[in-house]
Amino acid sequence: MSIFVNKETRLLVQGITGNEGSFHTRQCIEYGTRVVAGVTPGKGGQKMDDVPVFNTVGQAVSETGADASLIFVPPPFGADAIMEAADAGVGLIVAITEGIPIMDMVKVKNFLAAKSCRLIGPNCPGIITPDECKIGIMPGKIHKKGHIGVVSRSGTLTYEVVDQLTREEMGQSTCIGIGGDPVNGTNFIDVLKAFEADEDTHGIVMVGEIGGNAEEDAAEFIRANVSKPVVGFIAGLTAPPGRRMGHAGAIISGSSGTGEAKIQSFKENGIHVCENLGRIGQICKEVF
Amino acid sequence: MKIHEFQAKELFRKYNIPVPEGNAAFSVEEAITHAESLGNYPVVVKAQIHAGGRGKGGGVKLAASKEEAQTLAREILGMTLVTHQTGPDGRVVKKLLIEAGQDIAKELYLSLLVDRATAKVVIMASQAGGMDIEQVAEDTPEKIIKVFVDPLMGIQGYQVREVGFGLGLTGGAFKQFSKLLANLYRFFVENDCSLVEINPLILTGDDSVLALDAKVDFDANALYRHKDLLELRDLDEEDPLEVEASKYDLNYINLDGNVGNIVNGAGLAMATMDIIKNAGATPANFMDVGGGASSEQVENAFRIILADEKVKAVLINIFGGILRCDIFAQGVVDAARKTGINIPVVIRMEGTNVEEGKQILSDAGLNLISATDLNDAAQKIAAAVN
Repeated sequence: MSIFVNKETRLLVQGITGNEGSFHTRQCIEYGTRVVAGVTPGKGGQKMDDVPVFNTVGQAVSETGADASLIFVPPPFGADAIMEAADAGVGLIVAITEGIPIMDMVKVKNFLAAKSCRLIGPNCPGIITPDECKIGIMPGKIHKKGHIGVVSRSGTLTYEVVDQLTREEMGQSTCIGIGGDPVNGTNFIDVLKAFEADEDTHGIVMVGEIGGNAEEDAAEFIRANVSKPVVGFIAGLTAPPGRRMGHAGAIISGSSGTGEAKIQSFKENGIHVCENLGRIGQICKEVF
Repeated sequence: MKIHEFQAKELFRKYNIPVPEGNAAFSVEEAITHAESLGNYPVVVKAQIHAGGRGKGGGVKLAASKEEAQTLAREILGMTLVTHQTGPDGRVVKKLLIEAGQDIAKELYLSLLVDRATAKVVIMASQAGGMDIEQVAEDTPEKIIKVFVDPLMGIQGYQVREVGFGLGLTGGAFKQFSKLLANLYRFFVENDCSLVEINPLILTGDDSVLALDAKVDFDANALYRHKDLLELRDLDEEDPLEVEASKYDLNYINLDGNVGNIVNGAGLAMATMDIIKNAGATPANFMDVGGGASSEQVENAFRIILADEKVKAVLINIFGGILRCDIFAQGVVDAARKTGINIPVVIRMEGTNVEEGKQILSDAGLNLISATDLNDAAQKIAAAVN
């Protein structure tokens, strides 16, 4: 088992003919993901390698039965692409696009409230169930099938964590990057709930960073609802207040969103805190 | 993107949000001209920098006469203003706002921002104006009114009334405030703001409502659709190296330590700074070259870090995902050839095409210290600076 994606998942790619879109589509196919369609408005009828391209998500879904979408469109069109996928009935939408305006995401999030789909991202590396399905831009080969669930707000930082887990012979059930934007689709709690319910996940690694209160909310949720062991890490303890640290959401505003408060909350809620990224593999080995 | 108070107030005027009469001045002479043209004293001389706490730092003063306005303008213009938001080095004041003094009957607080958890615009208001709102929130949370606006519906009449009555306004002031809030919401949404704060919003002796201060921050991701706002950017308020880095789409923040670092990805870059601190050294910067950096960007990143005189050693930490290690290595080699490297550089590379990357570095014969993993890198960088 795994969460959200598996070898049955039928993927379509929005923005498939662009540079990034075509490069990563090929990487996903190579990993074993079933990519059934692509969408680029105006390029319907063409093919990207062997993948048929459609003008709209609606056409792609009705002709190929795609049930997940991976989005690479540029930021000004990101919100539109997400809403198009949701309207076409796609169940899982993974938005890689970085730089979508926050007011666009505010509208999207309220639009999605009336739909039954799940959005992961934007500004995220995507989701992978090792050896089954990769929907995103993460390097596939650092992953290994196993029983640790990984959830993170970051991209490369997640690769670092996964790499250490794999080196310590701890495979992963599913790894999800929820993205570095202040307003995103799936949050920590959604993923924790799914990991808790997944029989194949035996332990969870949660990677957070400064900004917002999502980690604190997740920590309280864990104490009340998660029986599996959780290792937590927070990036940005040395970040200065009031500055945006690369990710749009990584900013300490006044006294809110500090790394210290998040670590404190992790500790109070029974999460095993890793304070040195270089040791996270080892710490997981001890805890799990 | 932050803007100055005087710029924010000019935008407010366009949206019929009442502000005191006033003008920006870039010299003492201009300050006097503006003070005189207001017709009445006292006038307020306000330092214009991108940081709060200006009043406490001595950057906002009342002048009762032309002479006093001149003395104050001379004193404040060019001063290094230190507030709790500027850091110990402070900011040099290069601009003033000369404003008509107001008869303040009551100070209120009003702000709009995007609430992450609910994905709605939240209006925050309080009768405890002129104070640090975080302190108010902590000590007396019941004194803060919060109203969440559905972005698809826009602000509703009942929400405006909830805030207005909550602020204790009545009669003409209430009516004025209702218009002000509706206009402020429109301003927020139409300009893709990430924060609008009026502290204080004042009630004057003759029952008018006025934005005495104005703090506005725009969502940088949305500036592509607001070319007019881009002109409000003030490079004087930014670190020169940060301005340089922004030309190449590099996420760079100058800090006060001595270990420069170059990393791909924001999360890993923050974690790398933390690792440097853990090892007993201090980071000189945050530098995220991004997921898909070109060798040219890497070269510029390296050049910018080396241009920082505080930097005594550099730690490079790359986990190649989209960014291939060979492309990164080529950027390092190009930068080294052009600028020369005369301080220790520790490099740790992992991920896509790492072998090719290492080969490029070793073929170039650069004197780099290579690290096997993060712990090794941390120890080596600490040894290099201590």
